[in-house]
Amino acid sequence: MEIIKMNNLTKYYGKARGIIDLNLAINEGECFGFMGPNGAGKSTTIRTLLGLISPTSGSAAIFGKDIVKENKNILAEVGYLPSEALFYPHMKVKDALKLSADLRKQNCSEESRVLCERLQLDPNRKVEELSFGNRKKVAICCALQSNPKLLILDEPTGGLDPLMQHEFFEILKERNRKGTTIFLSSHILSEVQNNCTRAAVIREGKIIACDSVGALTKTSAKRVVIYGKVDVNGLTGIKDLTEIGNKTAFLYNGDVKELIHRLNCGEVTDVTISEPDLEEIFLHYYE
Amino acid sequence: MTIVRHELKQGRIAFLIWTGVLTLMLVVCIVIFPDMKSQMAGMNDMLASMGAVSEAFGMDKLDFSTLIGYYVTECGNVLGLGGALFAAMIASLMLSKEEGGRTAEFLLAHPVSRVRIITEKLFAVVIEITAMNLIIYLISMVSIMAIGEAVPWKEFNLVHLAYYILQLELAGICYGISAFIRKGGLGIGLGVGVIMYFLNIVSNLTDSAKGLKYITPFSYCEGADIVNIGALTGKYLAVGVIWAVVGIIAAYICYSRKDIR
Repeated sequence: MEIIKMNNLTKYYGKARGIIDLNLAINEGECFGFMGPNGAGKSTTIRTLLGLISPTSGSAAIFGKDIVKENKNILAEVGYLPSEALFYPHMKVKDALKLSADLRKQNCSEESRVLCERLQLDPNRKVEELSFGNRKKVAICCALQSNPKLLILDEPTGGLDPLMQHEFFEILKERNRKGTTIFLSSHILSEVQNNCTRAAVIREGKIIACDSVGALTKTSAKRVVIYGKVDVNGLTGIKDLTEIGNKTAFLYNGDVKELIHRLNCGEVTDVTISEPDLEEIFLHYYE
Repeated sequence: MTIVRHELKQGRIAFLIWTGVLTLMLVVCIVIFPDMKSQMAGMNDMLASMGAVSEAFGMDKLDFSTLIGYYVTECGNVLGLGGALFAAMIASLMLSKEEGGRTAEFLLAHPVSRVRIITEKLFAVVIEITAMNLIIYLISMVSIMAIGEAVPWKEFNLVHLAYYILQLELAGICYGISAFIRKGGLGIGLGVGVIMYFLNIVSNLTDSAKGLKYITPFSYCEGADIVNIGALTGKYLAVGVIWAVVGIIAAYICYSRKDIR
């Protein structure tokens, strides 16, 4: 079953481009990565799906329900984690969690207690006194405490320390194993690479790639790091060339024989040739 | 009623401050009346002879040596302007503060329809205004009794009813404005309250500006008219109700379709 389905989903802010003709389908139980640079349209996509803004044209459905006509029913099953977690002034953490649960007409006290414990969040602290990272934890608890069928996460780990990030992704994996579908928008591509099964790349409002993370990372390009002296001038297929001291590094998508010939002619002390990570491929898409 | 409870909790400090200050000022005015009474008798002629200024504030038609003549003037200044500012302020902030404070994303990501949000927030505004007016009404009444004066029930009730309706009207107008704006709700609210007050003064100064009475809700709150006629001016009141309804309808139409940023 397709949990999210976008059909030529388009949003313009006046004449300014938001997203253009997005076509995406996210299946039940998937952990789907959504990548793109600032201003590419990630947040516009999420905000349109959540009904915060109306699409200019096209349509989208979540759980098979139209995002415009059945917004309220959709949101009852969606947990949303915004990139910037802001709450009402003078509220304690437990008040914010209770408000969120009350708005869903659910009693989430047990689940919120467990989440606060796992994320080491003191429910008696005032939200406005919390650091950015701790406010993020409050937002995580709000998004997760109702056990929604779909989690929409916008830059979820901003402000979280590495241990908390690890714990957060553990929680996500547990939820995902129980059937929760996850839509993860992130700049941190290793997050997508490590946690998602499929991913899409958005650029200037358009989807430019959508495939399994494995397929997206599968490319003939290699990351080459050479220690020693070697002349790579004129070698075709080189990108992202850096030369620091006796270290030369680049992405290589050219003729392997030509590369080996240059290595033979140089004074090479060490060389590594590896698969590029998703981040490098991501940058490659944006050239 | 989750949003109503939430809004009342969020607004409780402002509510307590405004209600406390307005009540205190009214009580002070009432408590000093016995001392002012004798002096006021002599001031009637002087106030009535101040021409346009007296007319602007309706002082040419009132007897300040009577409790009600004195009360409607003081009440007009304190509850009229203060209550109007409070009502306009809370209404103009009620919807806009979500985007201004960037909490709209939190609220609207929950399964609550925008119509419910608009309705519950409007309830919260009405509850705050009603509670403030009830408190002021009761404490003013007790204060009048405490200084040994008889409460002139009809005029007293009419004055308080007029200012209550005035606050609701301003709240309705400002609620509509609140749906359109993202920031600056406080300034706009206070501005609308003050402008309406001065429009009424201007309309009292010259006949050529009488049309302004159909715009400002202070037109049906003229203490002199209430005391002398014993009723609120129906035509101004009716137009005022229309303004409020237009504001509220505008809020529903705009906020239901608005892109939330």
